[in-house]
Amino acid sequence: MKVVLQNLTKIFPSRDKKSGKEVVAVNDFTFEIPDGKLIGLLGPSGCGKSTTLYMISGLQKPTSGKIFFGDDDVTELSTENRGIGLVFQNYALYPHMTVKQNILFPLQNLKGADKLSKEEMLERAYNAAKLVQIDELMDRKPSELSGGQQQRVAIARALVKMPRVLLLDEPLSNLDARLRLQTREEIRRIQKETGITTVFVTHDQEEAMSISDMIVVMKLGVVQQTGKPQEVYDDPTNLFVAKFLGTPPINVFNGSVKGGKVYIGQDAVLEVTNVADQDVLIGIRPEGFELCDDGALCCTLNNVEVMGRDVSVVSTNEASVNPVIRSIIDADNKVDLASGVVRYNIKPHKLFLFNKETEERVYFEVK
Amino acid sequence: MVDNKQQWKAWLYLSPAIVLLLVFTVWPIFNTLRMAFLNGYGSLGEMGGATFEFGIDNFLNVIEYKNFLQCLKNTVILCVATVPISTILALLIAVALNSIKPLQKTLQTIFFLPYVTNSIAIGMVFAAMFNIVGLKGNGVAETWGIVNNVIQFFGGEPINWINAGSPYWANMTVMIIYIVWNALPFKILVLLGGLQSINKQYYDAAKVDGTPRRRVFTKITVPLLSPMIAYVVITGFIGGFKEYSSIVGIFGDKMGPANDAGRLNTMVGFVYDAMAKDRQGRASAAALILFAIILVVTLINNQVSKKRVHY
Repeated sequence: MKVVLQNLTKIFPSRDKKSGKEVVAVNDFTFEIPDGKLIGLLGPSGCGKSTTLYMISGLQKPTSGKIFFGDDDVTELSTENRGIGLVFQNYALYPHMTVKQNILFPLQNLKGADKLSKEEMLERAYNAAKLVQIDELMDRKPSELSGGQQQRVAIARALVKMPRVLLLDEPLSNLDARLRLQTREEIRRIQKETGITTVFVTHDQEEAMSISDMIVVMKLGVVQQTGKPQEVYDDPTNLFVAKFLGTPPINVFNGSVKGGKVYIGQDAVLEVTNVADQDVLIGIRPEGFELCDDGALCCTLNNVEVMGRDVSVVSTNEASVNPVIRSIIDADNKVDLASGVVRYNIKPHKLFLFNKETEERVYFEVK
Repeated sequence: MVDNKQQWKAWLYLSPAIVLLLVFTVWPIFNTLRMAFLNGYGSLGEMGGATFEFGIDNFLNVIEYKNFLQCLKNTVILCVATVPISTILALLIAVALNSIKPLQKTLQTIFFLPYVTNSIAIGMVFAAMFNIVGLKGNGVAETWGIVNNVIQFFGGEPINWINAGSPYWANMTVMIIYIVWNALPFKILVLLGGLQSINKQYYDAAKVDGTPRRRVFTKITVPLLSPMIAYVVITGFIGGFKEYSSIVGIFGDKMGPANDAGRLNTMVGFVYDAMAKDRQGRASAAALILFAIILVVTLINNQVSKKRVHY
């Protein structure tokens, strides 16, 4: 089931009557979620991603705009009639019911022609439980389960009525780091097995990048960029997206374009064409640095953090916007800490230019 | 280790509380036990130099006393009738209050008003509402209480609720209405607090699953509220067994309609009567019997709620 969002806008009225300032949580969101794909809504807190999810679920009504499931306009349809499964951030498992009762609960609500016999309900509940691998825990109460197990129960409960669309609100935020890795792969597997169009919300870019077919990056209610995770990472439309994706984050420098050369401080790091001379912000991915004895960019060396396969070189430069510059280089490269200086060459496709005022991307061609 | 000087200080700081507890809690409990097990004990008699033998005469005396079974019956009827009614009503009102937005605070205040009003004063108002002034056909102008006025308006026969010659069931009906009304505010307050602490996400989850409203109430609200419900039921039973002032409020200290004083007396009233007649032994024995009943009922309540109250 493809999901189409058309000019979706949500405005919350102001709480404070005096200032009368409305909050635009989601602003003119248009996007088509292809059938059977896993979509990550990504952004910092307060960017409207959860609001968008709740509008798709029907728990919140959009101020304007339309939502389609396939060709059906569901904008005015109430939540229970949309055929969605929703997994809440803290799972919202009914604490007084066993796992089995929790999973059966949505099925027991079915009425009329959809009504199932007891055996059918049990069978479907067990199938859902098997899918998320909790069929051994059916008689436990949620309080007797670990966070990861509760998460699975919540997914099973959302899946058991075979929803047209599955929605997950920050599904991994309550899990510890190891479990998070495991569970996100699990979500990916379940989504692939069921083929249900799935939308999930996260503020963790790594999470979104690792399992999504497509990501939507949002900021203050406005969609910044949509696309495949790798494409968005490699081709950010503005500084916000560039900064938001990637760990360690992108390094940003004050610089300028002069006479076909990109300058960081006095160092000309790249020769470019098709750009007018201007002051710019320069973003360089941590993996975009190459150690070189006569490299173009000269930085003061602070520290080298060993991470096994790679090393992270921490250095400073007057032109850097961030307090330190972090570059990831292969551990085979030896860095001489005693020299106090490190010189880099910059990989052209890892360097992005942004307009100093608008922070929009300035495109260039490498000479 | 706390050295001796420190220990001395600790006892010094504790002493006000200990003295108060000894004088006003421990000694009365002990003294009640003592008086209950001294045959025919009376404090005036003791002051006069009489001695009392140790025994269980007081308890036998209580059980055989003419009014005791009536008191017990009244108390049990009032408890068994009012606790479930007031709990269910309070639950429905609390859920309704919780689900409305406009005027919620105002209505909350209105429902809470009886709690801050003197129960004797409320009793007098109820007495006036159920009153009859002037009997039918005796030449005096008939003035009926507002309840009878309403009954007559709908074409019914007026009922003698509380005056001389009124039937027992009518008296009890008035008492039950009054006690339920009086018990509502506290229960509503507790249940409303419980409702507001239930995570709203459970309701969102139920909504996503298309749960009908009745099922939300029975399968989600009530179970999640069960600790609060157990609390108001247990305290309701304890309060119900101590019912006394409500009867005084409506019937005065005769504890019954004018022609049948004492008909509506309760266990606590029985204790007071015995005290007033300088029969502290009998009063103490009755108090201990009441204590035992409350203890047993509370234990049963606890046992039931262990099975019914979730998490």
